[in-house]
Amino acid sequence: MSHSTVPRSKVEAETTEKSPVAPGGATGSREKQRPDKVSLRLRFRRDRVLLLMTLPAVLLVLLFNYVPILGNVVAFQDYDPYISDNGVVSMLNSPFVGLENFQRIFEDSAFWNAVQNTLVLFFLQLVLFFPIPILLALLINSVIRPRVRAVAQAVLYLPHFFSWVLVIAVFQQLFGGAGIFSQLLRQHGYDGLDFMTDPDTFKFLITAQSVWKDAGWGIIVFLAALSSVSPDLYEAAAMDGANRWRRMWHVTLPALRPVIALLLVLRVGDALTVGFEQILLQRDMVGPGASEVLDTFVWWTGVRNQDFGYAAAAGLVKGVVSLGLVLAANKVAHLMGEQGVYKK
Amino acid sequence: MTSLMWEPRQDAEPVREKAPRWWSAPPRPVWEEEPGKAGVASKGLVLALACLGVLFPLWIVVVTSLSSRKTIDEAGGLVMVPKSITFIAYQELLSGGQVTRATVISVLVTLVGTIFSMTVSVLCAYGLSRSGSVGHRWILMLLLATMFFSAGLIPTYLLVQTLGLTDSYLALILPSAISVFNILVLRGFFIGISQELIDSARIDGAGDFRILWQIVMPLSRAVIAVITLFYAVGYWSAWFNASLYLNDQDMMPLQNVMIQLVQKQEAPVGMGQAIKTGQLSALAVQMAVMVMALLPVAVLSPFVQRHFKKGMLTGAVKG
Repeated sequence: MSHSTVPRSKVEAETTEKSPVAPGGATGSREKQRPDKVSLRLRFRRDRVLLLMTLPAVLLVLLFNYVPILGNVVAFQDYDPYISDNGVVSMLNSPFVGLENFQRIFEDSAFWNAVQNTLVLFFLQLVLFFPIPILLALLINSVIRPRVRAVAQAVLYLPHFFSWVLVIAVFQQLFGGAGIFSQLLRQHGYDGLDFMTDPDTFKFLITAQSVWKDAGWGIIVFLAALSSVSPDLYEAAAMDGANRWRRMWHVTLPALRPVIALLLVLRVGDALTVGFEQILLQRDMVGPGASEVLDTFVWWTGVRNQDFGYAAAAGLVKGVVSLGLVLAANKVAHLMGEQGVYKK
Repeated sequence: MTSLMWEPRQDAEPVREKAPRWWSAPPRPVWEEEPGKAGVASKGLVLALACLGVLFPLWIVVVTSLSSRKTIDEAGGLVMVPKSITFIAYQELLSGGQVTRATVISVLVTLVGTIFSMTVSVLCAYGLSRSGSVGHRWILMLLLATMFFSAGLIPTYLLVQTLGLTDSYLALILPSAISVFNILVLRGFFIGISQELIDSARIDGAGDFRILWQIVMPLSRAVIAVITLFYAVGYWSAWFNASLYLNDQDMMPLQNVMIQLVQKQEAPVGMGQAIKTGQLSALAVQMAVMVMALLPVAVLSPFVQRHFKKGMLTGAVKG
């Protein structure tokens, strides 16, 4: 985007930039003013309505995204929530304990269990979830009947708009102790199986739920990328004797590469965030041993056990590592020649 | 003679091409080979299975919610084949009481929240969409940076507590009112609107608010429909903030009530009697709650579907 001193609209551009060319030239000193010499005060005056429009959003972001950063101070405190109903008053009156909370975290086996579960879930989802939208998109893209495409898309997008509460309730009806799967087993003389409370299969259950809810929605990005491929490329490849599969390999997949790279970067940058709401809802059914991830660990220690300083410290560790991951993932993307989330 | 009589008739009966049906395929480009039968069949099978995987669970839920106690008992639980249709579960749920109240709360929070979020987001997106306006780069950076970090659950909780929002519906709306991603998508769309159009309106004396309302918004119906759906679905699906910030069980929205009734299998307040006396199956009630949670979403999202790609693309590319 151009330098910010470029006039906002052509109307203004004409009065400041082009008028010297205009015949007559009877417009006083303003015409000699170059666009980048428009004073900041004037530009504020000119754009005050636009600034006013952004104000509500800016205030909300400052209040709910930036101000809470200061609250991470409690990570260095023995925070006592019972001092006052007002968080700030409690914060000001709680003693500082230095890095004690962090020291406790690194000695806490529950924390390391949460780290382990988080990483296992991340890799499981990367391997089992990530390729599915790509394959589905290739499949739908090869369907040429528009109605069939529209119906399939409508159906596959649908679960994305369901709440996690609903998705888990649906899975309970499928794979729970009283679910349709157990029901069928029992009708044929076997014992029922309850996958909803089984710690051994829990991570696969979580992945299956994610696939059911969001794999369909994931198609949309790839379909968009596919529709931007020029048909000429396919035609040229066909002329050169490439069959269906070779066209997919040499034309379609290269077109998808930047999108795949971008999504991988995003996913890796977000590696420590694996389905907070989804897992929190099922934590009590399965037990923390198999289900606790970093986010639910923070919730449990902070909100449930009221150990705010400790929880905030765990949250801070996660936040800092996540930020590092995002930046590192982008760096790798740039090194690979892809664009990543932001430009270099 | 007869042959002479017959010959002109040939063009009276021309070779009729089959009229295109809604399911018929558009013509393939000449260079593309016709797909084999096996290929088409396996593609259709995979696609059908994927769709079935989505629809079959929903089918069970809907059918069970509409089944009578007798049908449910005969099936030994969930019903796959409808044998009787009764709306008794819905009647019970909507005749006042816990679920009725929760539904009203959810609808109101969704309406108010969506209107608020859309107003703030559209204003902000337009305010940032005119290139060269003073400070828009800085504001954009301020918003973008929030996509890379989060302040954390505990500090946010303490902030909401300090602001006195606990036990208030504002706690369900304000902390998650705007999504920077949605603002970027809207902005990406607004940037694409031609500057000439906006300038001509300005010459006619329209201010920025009027330009936004009368020119930019009507031209952006597609993206506005998509983002409205995103926000509305967000509010409708939210349960975590309610569980964190609300203590009064009577204030809980539908999703939180669904957790209690379906996941934790509690009997709805005030309906235990009807279930105990055997008029009503507890399972049908649970399924009916689920249907009430999924119905608005399932009905609305397909209408907005055709705009998804357009809305997402412009935002993603220009953001």
